[in-house]
Amino acid sequence: MNQIKGRQSTKFEKDVYILGCASVVGQKEGEGPLGDNFDKVVKDPMFGKKSWEEAESEMQAIAARLVLEKCQIKADDIRMVFAGDLLAQSIASCFGLVDLNRPLYGLFGACSTIGEAISLGAMAVAGGYANHVLSMTSSHFASVEKEFRFPLAYGNQKPPSSSWTVTGSGACVISSEKSNVKITGITSGKIVDFGLKDSQNMGACMAPAAADTISQNMADFDRNPGDYDRIITGDLGKIGREILIELMKQKGYDIRDNYLDCGMLIFDSNTQDTNAGGSGCGCAATVLASTLIPKLESGEWQRILFVPTGALMSKVSFFEGQSVPGIAQGVVLEYVGKEK
Amino acid sequence: MGSIKDEDKKKEYEQYVNQVTPKNNLFVQMIKAFVVGGLICDLGQVILNYCKSQNMNKETAGAWCSLTLIFISVVLTGLNLYQKLVSFSGAGALVPITGFANSVAAPAIEYQKEGQVFGVGCKIFNIAGPVILYGVFISWLLGLIYWILKLMHVV
Repeated sequence: MNQIKGRQSTKFEKDVYILGCASVVGQKEGEGPLGDNFDKVVKDPMFGKKSWEEAESEMQAIAARLVLEKCQIKADDIRMVFAGDLLAQSIASCFGLVDLNRPLYGLFGACSTIGEAISLGAMAVAGGYANHVLSMTSSHFASVEKEFRFPLAYGNQKPPSSSWTVTGSGACVISSEKSNVKITGITSGKIVDFGLKDSQNMGACMAPAAADTISQNMADFDRNPGDYDRIITGDLGKIGREILIELMKQKGYDIRDNYLDCGMLIFDSNTQDTNAGGSGCGCAATVLASTLIPKLESGEWQRILFVPTGALMSKVSFFEGQSVPGIAQGVVLEYVGKEK
Repeated sequence: MGSIKDEDKKKEYEQYVNQVTPKNNLFVQMIKAFVVGGLICDLGQVILNYCKSQNMNKETAGAWCSLTLIFISVVLTGLNLYQKLVSFSGAGALVPITGFANSVAAPAIEYQKEGQVFGVGCKIFNIAGPVILYGVFISWLLGLIYWILKLMHVV
């Protein structure tokens, strides 16, 4: 079977499964609408460590341990790890996973990292290069504010288009070992730049990339939005959502009825003061692990298109007047358990 | 599909985004800023009046006023309360001297973990830097203009 589909997609010939997943989040996420779904909620924002960066590393270490426990495998069973985060040089992942003592491929996809990690992990398993791969990512509100915006104690007003970085780490074990959830295909995302320069409106910056990947997925697999129970983006938020629906409409696809966004699911913006919604690598990853995959595992959903999005910028590029391009990585997940 | 290269089309997208992006109600924001900023200045005036009632001269009273407001701002910053005030009132809490104090105290707290030299030392004026630089620069410029006007016997 030709695994190359259309212009950007891959359909895996070998069976690739999500053996299990785990999510660890902070207090605010635990108090949100999905609070009960997470495997672990840690109230201490420092996770017992001395700095925000170490706290984020600790979160990754906890998520990795949890997912191995849930899958009933040991660290040695993991052939390779695909992981990344938002911090410079991905230090949260590097220091968080050093004790795992397994080979690591560090990634940067901004908030699309979990999509990238799962895509590459699935390729490794499908290619027969690994039986078990760990794909994971994280973000931490405080470490991201410090890196990209302002020290926590500094007073600044966030506009309604801004998002709240999720403190959370999500991890998946991708494997050739059978489970109820299969990764049947991926649509690899390309950088899409509509020239927007407003880093306080990430949803608007990333929506074009999501539209590009989703419509390419439709074209490559010859599908319509109705062929998916849900199409789920990572963190487009309230504004990005509306823009995506409009951009998809212009391409001839109506996704309004079955489209969800992780950033809008994880927080209740009416009571939690999160403006446009949640964001960060941990947003899509923890919602996937805690809420989306369980719905597939139970058979409530049969097939979903998971499309986390990232904004590819740095503080330097922003101050030098460059725009904020986006990228979106598509993963097709299907229920392959027994018929109900 | 893909990225947009045409500048006009980029502008089109930007205009569309502006249309669908909600913004804070400017009038309400201005009222909040006015009231909070005014109250902070009232507090400053109360301190000045008290100092004068204690027979301090103008400069000493002014110094005590600044010191007290800065002290209150730094304490509130440390207690994570000043940010809540700014979140509510914006410029009302940022423009007075209390905002400047917050902008120096906040990095001082945050960068402790990176050490006293490269952390606090290098980064403490990260946010206040432009205020200090351009404040001194404008003062110099005004001084230059004043000197020239004096030479011309205008002042």
